[in-house]
Amino acid sequence: MVAATASDDPVRGSTLTLREVSHRFDLEGQPLPVLDRISLQVGRGEFVALLGPSGCGKSTLLRLVAGLDTPTAGSLLTEGREIQAPDPSRVVVFQDPTLFPWRTVWSNVALGLEARGLLRTHRGRIDDALRLVGLTDFANAYPHQLSGGMAQRAALARALVNDPKLLILDEPLGQLDSLTRITMQGELVSLWQRAGFTALLVTHDVEEALFLAGRVIVLSQRPAHIKAEIVNARPYPRHRGDPHLAELRRQVLAHLGLDATW
Amino acid sequence: MSAVVDEVSRPQKPGFGFFARPATRSLVGGLAAATAWFVAAALTAFWPDKIESDWAYTGSLAAACGALAVALALAAFAGVRFTVFHRLQRLSPWLFVLALFLATWEVVTAKLGLLPLPFFPPPQAIVEVVIDDWGRLAAGIFASARLLATGYFLGAAVGFVTGVAIGWSRLAGYWIHPVLRFIGPLPATAWLPLAFFVFPSSFSASIFLIALATGFPVTVLTWSGVAGVNSAYYDIARTLGATQRFLVLKVAIPAAMPHVFVGLFMGLGNSFAVLVVAEMLGVKAGLGWYLQWAQGWAAYANMYAALLLMAFLCSGLITLLFRLRDRLLSWQKGLVRW
Repeated sequence: MVAATASDDPVRGSTLTLREVSHRFDLEGQPLPVLDRISLQVGRGEFVALLGPSGCGKSTLLRLVAGLDTPTAGSLLTEGREIQAPDPSRVVVFQDPTLFPWRTVWSNVALGLEARGLLRTHRGRIDDALRLVGLTDFANAYPHQLSGGMAQRAALARALVNDPKLLILDEPLGQLDSLTRITMQGELVSLWQRAGFTALLVTHDVEEALFLAGRVIVLSQRPAHIKAEIVNARPYPRHRGDPHLAELRRQVLAHLGLDATW
Repeated sequence: MSAVVDEVSRPQKPGFGFFARPATRSLVGGLAAATAWFVAAALTAFWPDKIESDWAYTGSLAAACGALAVALALAAFAGVRFTVFHRLQRLSPWLFVLALFLATWEVVTAKLGLLPLPFFPPPQAIVEVVIDDWGRLAAGIFASARLLATGYFLGAAVGFVTGVAIGWSRLAGYWIHPVLRFIGPLPATAWLPLAFFVFPSSFSASIFLIALATGFPVTVLTWSGVAGVNSAYYDIARTLGATQRFLVLKVAIPAAMPHVFVGLFMGLGNSFAVLVVAEMLGVKAGLGWYLQWAQGWAAYANMYAALLLMAFLCSGLITLLFRLRDRLLSWQKGLVRW
């Protein structure tokens, strides 16, 4: 486990505990169970990936962790306290960057500080965050002038500027082309190592999960329950050609019932 | 391609490709327009008016056309040297056609008397009205502008706030929506008889009517704008620590602004219509009243003058609103240019 956490920095991430979390939607009067008694313990500064078939309820789980929705049953805790509402210490990066089109990149990144009335005192952090994601030159650009990868980097900066203790990543690289995606995966790892937050990543890309996470949680079809938990203790930076990762990949695919294709 | 290269390497030297250069085209276009205005001036001045007519300002009209012709010619020559005047090149065809129109109008009315009077006065009659009756016209413009501005801002403000309230609060929606649905589609002018005896003055009644005509589209479009905001924007803002106040002021309202502006444009159009009707029927001031008054005296030249001024006023206000939108919504792609 030690090898899988960010080791250089003092760990600033928060813990996350899920206790028997179940959730269902009401679809025209019919209850639709989405999550089925999910229990999970995430340590400080850990990078955990949730992997599962599409539509299995991964994103719902993230919304619960973010505090955007409340679970039908069970409880979610961070640092021992129950999650009841969204909080800037737990920031989500969604699949779609959803930058506010009427704001420049700079003021999009400033959003969190502005919402909390910290803009005047913490102004410098915005430039730091932009530098971190390499968008300093685009500070005054509007979102429609950015490429997909740049927009997603801006969304990442908008999250990081709040110095989150838990970064929730909802397939943040899902819409990028494969080259940009590979670059961004590397950037994500180094950001996480530097900042020391706890990261919870939802993805349906097995390689991405194994490249980034210290632990991969495999979820079943809807209603999702935890099928398997795979610890990936390979040190960072990882290499895509690592035979150990290939072996882990085979295991994960087996849990998803896809090992025949290997 | 080679013409462009030529132009860059020896910009001032006339020679091969002379007529292809923008400066030259600007000169030719500008001189054509100047000539047309000069012809209009000469026609007006030297072709005597029909015997029995006594237009007082024929000379002035000719002088004005002549002055414009000289100014255009000077600008055309200046365009060879100064690129500032190149913009005139775009206007030259219009200026040319306008001169033709004016000359034709002058000929069929003042010179030949082909169109019946007093319904179709010659251009100098309108010049006469603008010069002799400018006091009353200026007062009319001022009165109309004051009434319109008061009513429009009131209506737009109330409509905007109501729209945000309906879009945001379920309670406000429950109470206001039915009222809006029932009363909103009623044309504001239908309230006219009632408004004129309920309100203490015809001025306040007209403000109410203009505000009503403006308010309805602004309300509906603000509401639809706020209701249609991508819910992901709210999720993002909430996870970043936004309060309700922040969500309304910094998320819902900016996101709804493109819709709000559509409402403001529709409201402005409606307000013009109500303004004119209210002035014709109740308020004893303003351009609408002037129109009515001029018609009563069969002073058709006065009517045309008032119509012309009204067109300038309305078009100017629409332009102003477009400018404001372009400023506020510069982040949008593909805005329509007015």
